[in-house]
This record gives sequence, structure tokens and C-alpha cells, in this order.
Amino acid sequence: MGEKFIYMDHAATTYVKPQVVEAMLPFFTEKFGNASSIYTIGRESKKAIEEAREKVAGAIGAQAREIFFTGSGTEADNWAIKGVAYGNKSKGNHIITTNIEHHAVLHTCQYLENDGFEVTYLPVDENGLITPQQVAEAIRPNTILITIMFANNEIGTIQPIAEIGKLAREKGIYFHTDAVQAIGNIAINVKDMNIDLMSMSAHKFYGPKGVGGLYIRKGVKLVSFMHGGAQERGRRASTENIAAIVGFGKAIELATANLDEYNKKIMALRDRTIDEVMKNIPFVKLNGHREKRLPGNANFSFQFIEGESLLLMLDMKGIAASSGSACTSGSLDPSHVLLAIGLPHEIAHGSLRLTFGDDNTDEDVNKLLEVLPVIVERLREMSPLYENVKRGNVNV
Amino acid sequence: MYSEKVMDHFMNPRNVGEIENADGIGEVGNAKCGDIMKMYLKIENNIIVDAKFKTFGCGAAVATSSMSTELVVGKTVDEALQITNKAVAEALDGLPPAKMHCSNLAEEAIRAAIEDYKRKNGLLDECDCATACGRRCDDIHHDHDHEFNEDDEE
Repeated sequence: MGEKFIYMDHAATTYVKPQVVEAMLPFFTEKFGNASSIYTIGRESKKAIEEAREKVAGAIGAQAREIFFTGSGTEADNWAIKGVAYGNKSKGNHIITTNIEHHAVLHTCQYLENDGFEVTYLPVDENGLITPQQVAEAIRPNTILITIMFANNEIGTIQPIAEIGKLAREKGIYFHTDAVQAIGNIAINVKDMNIDLMSMSAHKFYGPKGVGGLYIRKGVKLVSFMHGGAQERGRRASTENIAAIVGFGKAIELATANLDEYNKKIMALRDRTIDEVMKNIPFVKLNGHREKRLPGNANFSFQFIEGESLLLMLDMKGIAASSGSACTSGSLDPSHVLLAIGLPHEIAHGSLRLTFGDDNTDEDVNKLLEVLPVIVERLREMSPLYENVKRGNVNV
Repeated sequence: MYSEKVMDHFMNPRNVGEIENADGIGEVGNAKCGDIMKMYLKIENNIIVDAKFKTFGCGAAVATSSMSTELVVGKTVDEALQITNKAVAEALDGLPPAKMHCSNLAEEAIRAAIEDYKRKNGLLDECDCATACGRRCDDIHHDHDHEFNEDDEE
């Protein structure tokens, strides 16, 4: 429509930084060797993977031998949870998680429930937080795994991971965290935080899609997920996606090198957006914790309107965002996360998630703040739910 | 995923609004499901002379509302009752499969508005009391891709 394209959906995925693409390119063409091969280009591939592994390990305070590359964050979640469950069946069959996990965790837990495991889904509060106390109270003698996401993909709420890690370590229970939204966006140290397993994905911080990783603390017992060759020290078979792994390494190196500066920038965009939207648009609610949230995440519910309509109208203005409405979740229910923080269905349907990244500018936020109130008002004018409000029967 | 026609009716919806002293008003869906359609009809000599709508819902819900107001105007009450969800979807050059329930709502909104008109004018046969109002999401969102039949709409 002739508008500048403004991307505000960095939690969905990011573009790949030019330096990352540049680092990856040789591994598609001249350096195409299989890392398991003995000759020069094979050894070069092997070396490139190990260098990437060092970078990932360095970024999270792990040892290189504790990093295992996977095909995605979802695979890492599946491997961690099923791997620990099946690998520690003799010790117990109980898993603790929350009701706002990503589906990669929730559906894996539900799968295990059908296979004889017991799962406790801790309910979050209205800000999307759980407390270490809740976790402590849920622990049973047969608990073998605690899996709690680092930061929520929809509402951005950051959990008290270090406290939960400490608790889990004291009780001798494995602690996994899905850090897909957090890594590359906030500082993480797996040793300080007593994390035993952590899922990662490269495409949330300017790396390529199709590559993720699982940190497995040395000594953690879990079964393998992919059986086959001896790649990843025999724990994750299949020929390595070398270019993607190199891209992962480069992306995490860049992300951690200027994390503070990056955070400062996107936090300013986020805070201005939140403050202005809350001030200028009536009948709006901020979803997620105001302070304990990802630096680039803003999530609102606008009453009386539906999220998909909002997204389509923003798109016509060149702004890409996302929503937790039923029409965008692919089911008849709005997002499980929004329901878990206590939003009624009709308010959850009107949610808008804006996630900022390094390609966003103050001008982008200006544009958003200019068009959003107009779009919201236009949709409200069309909504039968808004009629009562306009007639002065404000009972909301 | 939406046809150009759906996007046109979404971005430039026809007949948004209310009709004062409407002869028939039908409201279907519920906020919990994420879509509500409210249709207002002006009926003179058994012919629908004006239609307006208000909708809370997704792009397809707005577009089907808009299209159904266009389809009913100029039709007799009986002709309007023959408009199926399929006809609404076809007039929009199709809807994605996951959005077909929106066209169900459009069909039901038309029926509900006409039923309201009939009730107000003492034209109701025994019990035509079946509208989507107050039903559960699952009931509204089932696929009823068939011709409407009073008997199987319980």
C-alpha cells in the first residue's frame, strides 16, 4: 500500500543479520563437507560446528560439551522432557510445569500423561507469574522433572528461574527451562541459575530458522531422541546442518556482545508504546507483568474488538504484529496464556502482541501510535459490544 | 488466505451501522466465541428495503456480514430466507475452511432478523424459535454446509 513495512513481531521470528548470512554462506558452497568425513573439507565442517558450540556455551555460561544442536526449539523441548521422563522412569513419573508453557512443552507433557506420567500444571497469577513456593508445594517423592519457561512468548513475563533452579537442585530434581524467547534477549547463566536443561532457538535473535539447541548439564541422565549415527556425541543422530549451526553461533555471539545496548534500545520503544497506549486508548489492559517482562514485549487487550481484524488493519498500514485471538490461534478458543492470566474469553479475543527488535525505530513507534487508536476506534464503531458503552452504560 | 473480495468487504464494509426503528433485528454468536453479528432490517410490503449490521469478529465475520446485507436488500422475506451460508461464502469468492463458521453466522443473522420481524408482526408459524443466540460455540461453529432445513436446526 506504499507504506513503509514496519515489523513488530520479533517474538515470532527475526530477520537474519547480514553478518550471520555471510558467516553461513561458504558452508552451502565450497565448504560443503560432511562433518563426519575424514578429509579436509569434512574436518573444516567439524571445526566450524565446534566453534559454534563454543560460542553458544560461552553465551550461557556452559561448557561446550554440554551444548547439543537440534533442528529447532520445539525439538529441544521434546527431547528434554521426553528424554528425562523416559530416562528416569525408575525414579518416578511426576512432572511439574505451568499452564502458560509453549505448546512444545504443554503438548509434550500431555503426550506423556497418556503414557503413564503424571503432570502438575501450576496456575499462574494475573501477571503470568508463578512463585518458587508453588513449585515447592507441588514437589512429590516421585517428581523427576520441573519444566518452566524462562519468559513467556505471548505476554513476555519472566519467571523467577534462579530461585526455582536453586530449589530444584536442593531437592535433586532435574530442572528444564524453555528459554527460546529469553536467550539472546536477556542475560542467562545456566550455572548460576542451577539450570539442568535449557532449550534454545536461533531464529529469535537474528539467526536462521531450522536450528536450535539443548543445553544438557554434564551428568544429567536422559534418553536420546534421534537414533542413528554418532553425531552430537551419539546423542542426537543426523548429519549436522552446518550452515545453520554456524549461523546460530554467529547470531548468539552478536546478541551477547551488545546485549545491554540492544535491551536499552528496545526497552525504550516498548515503554513508550505501553505508556502511550495505556494513556490514549480507553478500555485497554496491559497483559503480563509491567516490570518482569521481556525488553521487547508489549501485549494489550482492547475490549469490544477482535484481534484478527486488528492485525489485518495494521497490516494495511504496513505494520506486522500478532494476536492471541481464536481466529489467529487456529482453534475456537483464544490463547491459553491469556485465559490462564484470568482474561475472560471476549477480552482475550481482542489481544495484540507487539514485539520490538533492532530494526525498529522511534519513527516506527510514532507511526504505530498514530494508526492504532484510529483502527481500534474504527473496529469499536463496528462492534455491537461497544454500543452500550457509547450509550453510557459502562459496565465493563 | 482471504480472497480480494473478502479483503475489500473487510476494509470497506458496506452498510455498517444501525437502523432506527428497524422492523427486524437479529443478533447471533456470542462474545465468548469471538464473533457476534447484529443485523438490522427495514422491511416494507414484505420486501427488505434496507439492511445494516454491527459485528464483533475477525476479517471473515465482518466481510460475511457486509456481503449478507448486500445480498438481502431488494429481496422478499421468503427469498432472503433462502440465502445459505454457502451463497454468502461464494459471493465473497470463497472463505478459508477454518472461516466457514463465519458464513454460518451470517446466514443465522439473516434468519434471526427475519424471525424477529415475523414475531413483531404476528407472522410466526408455531415455533420458529431456533436461532443461534445463546447456543454454545460448538453448535454455532459446526459445519452446516447443507441447505438450511428448519427441522434439523434444533
